[in-house]
Amino acid sequence: MSDNYALKLYVAGQTPKAVRAFSNLRKICEEHLEGRYTIEVIDLVENPQLGRGDQILALPTLVRKLPTPIKKIIGDLSNTERVLVGLDLRPRRAS
Amino acid sequence: MASQKFARAELRKSPTGIPGLDDITNGGLPLGRPTLVSGGPGSGKTLLGISFLVNGAEQYAEPGVLLTFEENAAELAQDVRSLGYDLESLIAQKKLIVDYIHVDRSEIEETGEYDLEGLFVRLDHAITQIGAKRVMLDTIETLFGGLQDTGILRAELRRLFRWMRDREVTSLVTAERGEQMFTRQGLEEYITDAVIALDHRVQDQISTRRIRIVKYRGSTHGTNEYPFLISKDGINVLPVTSLLLEHDAPQERISSGLPDLDAMLGGKGYYRASTVLLSGTAGTGKTTLAAHFVNAACARGERCLYFLFEESPQQFMRNMRSAGIDLARWVDQGLLKFHADRPNRHGLETHLLEMHRSVEEHNPGIVVIDPITNLMAAGTQPDVRAMLTRVIDYLKTRGVTALFTSLTTPAHDLEATEAMISSLMDSWVLVAITEEERRRNRWLYVLKSRGMPHSNDVRPFVIGDRGIQLLPMGKPSRTQKTRRKSR
Repeated sequence: MSDNYALKLYVAGQTPKAVRAFSNLRKICEEHLEGRYTIEVIDLVENPQLGRGDQILALPTLVRKLPTPIKKIIGDLSNTERVLVGLDLRPRRAS
Repeated sequence: MASQKFARAELRKSPTGIPGLDDITNGGLPLGRPTLVSGGPGSGKTLLGISFLVNGAEQYAEPGVLLTFEENAAELAQDVRSLGYDLESLIAQKKLIVDYIHVDRSEIEETGEYDLEGLFVRLDHAITQIGAKRVMLDTIETLFGGLQDTGILRAELRRLFRWMRDREVTSLVTAERGEQMFTRQGLEEYITDAVIALDHRVQDQISTRRIRIVKYRGSTHGTNEYPFLISKDGINVLPVTSLLLEHDAPQERISSGLPDLDAMLGGKGYYRASTVLLSGTAGTGKTTLAAHFVNAACARGERCLYFLFEESPQQFMRNMRSAGIDLARWVDQGLLKFHADRPNRHGLETHLLEMHRSVEEHNPGIVVIDPITNLMAAGTQPDVRAMLTRVIDYLKTRGVTALFTSLTTPAHDLEATEAMISSLMDSWVLVAITEEERRRNRWLYVLKSRGMPHSNDVRPFVIGDRGIQLLPMGKPSRTQKTRRKSR
């Protein structure tokens, strides 16, 4: 796959959950998407109006803007397996 | 004790601006606190909340934020526009913000810890932007379908309501009625300041909406179920049980429309703000008599409201024209207004509300209900009596003179009918027909008229092209016969 991954991570301030989510995300991207991803961190405390566009409710929220369709993953991204499933990097296991 | 006095001080309120609701809550919702509004689908919760926001923005200079989890803003604006609310214009004037939060579980993957800070940030931002004093959350329970971790959700909701209290916004939170609990997700556990329940019942194919204040901490409130109406003018709640017999009793007299009948009523006609019953069998001339009354009132320049439960206004006016009574001119002048409705179209409460609304709109001095008997078919006897009591009390309080026509069935004794309503009437005029020598003769007499000497005559009358004309007293034998029994 040569698709570029455009990712947005929504947080509200430097909370422990936000810090955790960012480091978890960096690690996953380095391992699975090396060289073909961008991460934009959006702090809603600074830009609250940005929460509207992506329908942000829970924090942290990771939004995959590209490739389409848009995907959302909420939480501190501590479960790598589920993040990969959420990003469509791994097929959803039938449960 | 001084503290006791302090504790008794009434809570500060935020008026909803919804007619009637502020009466039964003694001033509105608790200021700066959340109120829970629960009800089944289509019970009017969303509309109640939006009325609260719109009225706040328009009448009380309190901007509002609507956070909706249900519909998108455009759909919502369209839905409420039919009720006369222009959300878009309020949004443009920065008096209202509508934020739409859509949560779809299938789109969201959950991994690890999270909170709902995004919701807080958005709400806070919206409140700050326009200086909102009111917030509506519609319907936050939807989140339970969108998020898997109900533990987090519950903790966050608790935090949200506490946060809104600290923020001192008056909030209204809608919820679906639950099976066991008051709301499906037990939100009453978090919102304990005020709880309002809405109900929409259908009985005998007639729907009635009711509202009840289940709980209102620190405030007195009406405890009954009150009917309410959703119409093109929004929500209207009727606090119908404030029945005190303390209305004025004016000395003024007004004409029955027929000088000869006035002569029988102590020479001056009915009392103003009294109730008049015209009863008789079919085709005796009750409606014509009522039309005379209205005609005379309009000629004096009084406003009249005529409720028709049998005929259309056009048909009624045509019939009266053939009896020489031209009512169309009063309609043209705006003095006379008709309210025609099928009695079985709504429940009694709705009729009552609509009557109130019509009276408030037209502000008449005279009200005619023709015939009251048709309306009585729309409910059980105690209900009808209760409703009539309310109508009469309401009209008397407003100083309105009310005339009711009542259709009696020939099988019954004329005077025995409507025993239940006659006691509510101050004057009672009976019209009857007898057959004699292959001729039908019309008669009328005053059965009672409180507070005045009235004639005991049974007067014959005819209906011609100049309306009703009372004839000089007929042969005594005829009169006696009519008195004994009419067939």
